[in-house]
Amino acid sequence: MTLAAFFSGFMAWITEFSSKSSPVDFVLILSHWDIFLIGIKNTVLLVLVGLSFGAVIALPMAIARWKRVPFLAKAIGVFVYVFRGSPMLVQAYVFYYGLAQFEAVRNSFLWPVLREPWWCAAIAFAINSAAYQVEIFRGGLDSVPRGEIEATAAIGMSQGSALRHVILPSALRRCLPMIANESIFLLHGSAIASMLTITDVLGAGRKLNAQYYLAYEGFLAATVIYMALVFIITRILGWVERRTLKHLALQSMTTREQTQMI
Amino acid sequence: MEGLWEYRWLLLQGTGVTLLLGLCGLALALAIGLVCAAAKIGGTPVVKRLAGYYTTFVRSVPDLCMMLLLYFGGQTLLNKLGAATGWWDYIEINSLAAGVITIGFIFGAYMTESFRGAYGSIPKGQLEAAMAIGMTSRQLFRRITFPQLMGYALPSIGVNWMVLLKTTALVSVVGLKDLVFFGVSAGRSTRDPFTFLIAILVIYLILTALSDVALRAIEARYTRGRRIGA
Repeated sequence: MTLAAFFSGFMAWITEFSSKSSPVDFVLILSHWDIFLIGIKNTVLLVLVGLSFGAVIALPMAIARWKRVPFLAKAIGVFVYVFRGSPMLVQAYVFYYGLAQFEAVRNSFLWPVLREPWWCAAIAFAINSAAYQVEIFRGGLDSVPRGEIEATAAIGMSQGSALRHVILPSALRRCLPMIANESIFLLHGSAIASMLTITDVLGAGRKLNAQYYLAYEGFLAATVIYMALVFIITRILGWVERRTLKHLALQSMTTREQTQMI
Repeated sequence: MEGLWEYRWLLLQGTGVTLLLGLCGLALALAIGLVCAAAKIGGTPVVKRLAGYYTTFVRSVPDLCMMLLLYFGGQTLLNKLGAATGWWDYIEINSLAAGVITIGFIFGAYMTESFRGAYGSIPKGQLEAAMAIGMTSRQLFRRITFPQLMGYALPSIGVNWMVLLKTTALVSVVGLKDLVFFGVSAGRSTRDPFTFLIAILVIYLILTALSDVALRAIEARYTRGRRIGA
């Protein structure tokens, strides 16, 4: 009852504020909360798909680079260079506009996927994020103390089980702060999805603007939503970091090293 | 492929615009960064807090979103202000200027952190020594702080520049005729977008590779006074 009273009171206040003194029509934005909800769903899903698929692609590549597998390590280095050195907007365009021009692609079994802007964006995000995550994981693997690796050999673990039980758990935990950075980075990049006609948070704002001939109200709402998303993500990841890195205390990487990774 | 050769001058022109945008944006970002870092280090509590709000705000909003907000919102705000005060008539912001301002605004926040981090790396004893022999705060900044600040900040400025250069691609969205804009339109008219998009990609890769070489040279210059391992 009190919540309902508070809510109606808030609505009355904001209606009056919007019609009298504010340059922004808050009521219009609030009454279209459903578009923004779709936008949040798409943005969050795209970022999650991009991050997780990116991690799945990146992990084997990082191990190959860490082990300095001949030829393969070099090839992965080129992959990383290409996808980190060019704008993600252009990469997304290549997947969405570029590939569709080939008859072979349009006839292939992949076409039902590559026809959808949503999947094109997801693929572009996954590959782009993979390029960044390869370097993050490799950094983590490099930072595993030699003694830990020698100890696994000394007690007779096979290379595979050493990797699975000792090296990877140790390395991946150390990567967490930088994975957190990469998540924020990908969330920022995901706004590009709105350029491929997807209704993500920014796309929802553009839709609202187009529908009512507004100049910026939709963008303003999108900005606020992105800020909230970043706040929530940093809180969650900070909590995970504190839990898993307890044993490393001050040893974890400094903020300065993290910013250099981006 | 022959389409690419036909449009070579357009692509070259677009590359020029992209570079111009990037360099002007960099200059503005460095200026903003220096001022805000100074505010964060030596400002009054209110100024410190304002600078803190600015950097937090920028780092939590996607660059594309910020660009659209500043371009469309800024223009409307400017015109409403003009109409209310009567100081100016309707103005339309040029998309290059909008791009430079947006990029400067965004990366100013990242540069602030670069400079602030670098300031922390300058040995405190040097600042104390300078004060002890009676340097004024301006002399201290000009002779001690600033020359070293650049040296310590360069690696992270370099990283920011690489990100900045890639962000310039987004300005094509608000209609700036840069590399991405020309490439996409040429791809559309020749019905060969793939070739042109790959060309844009390669040009960006060349630009980042060249920046890498240049940055290394500049870094060597600025840190020549530093002892190895110190």
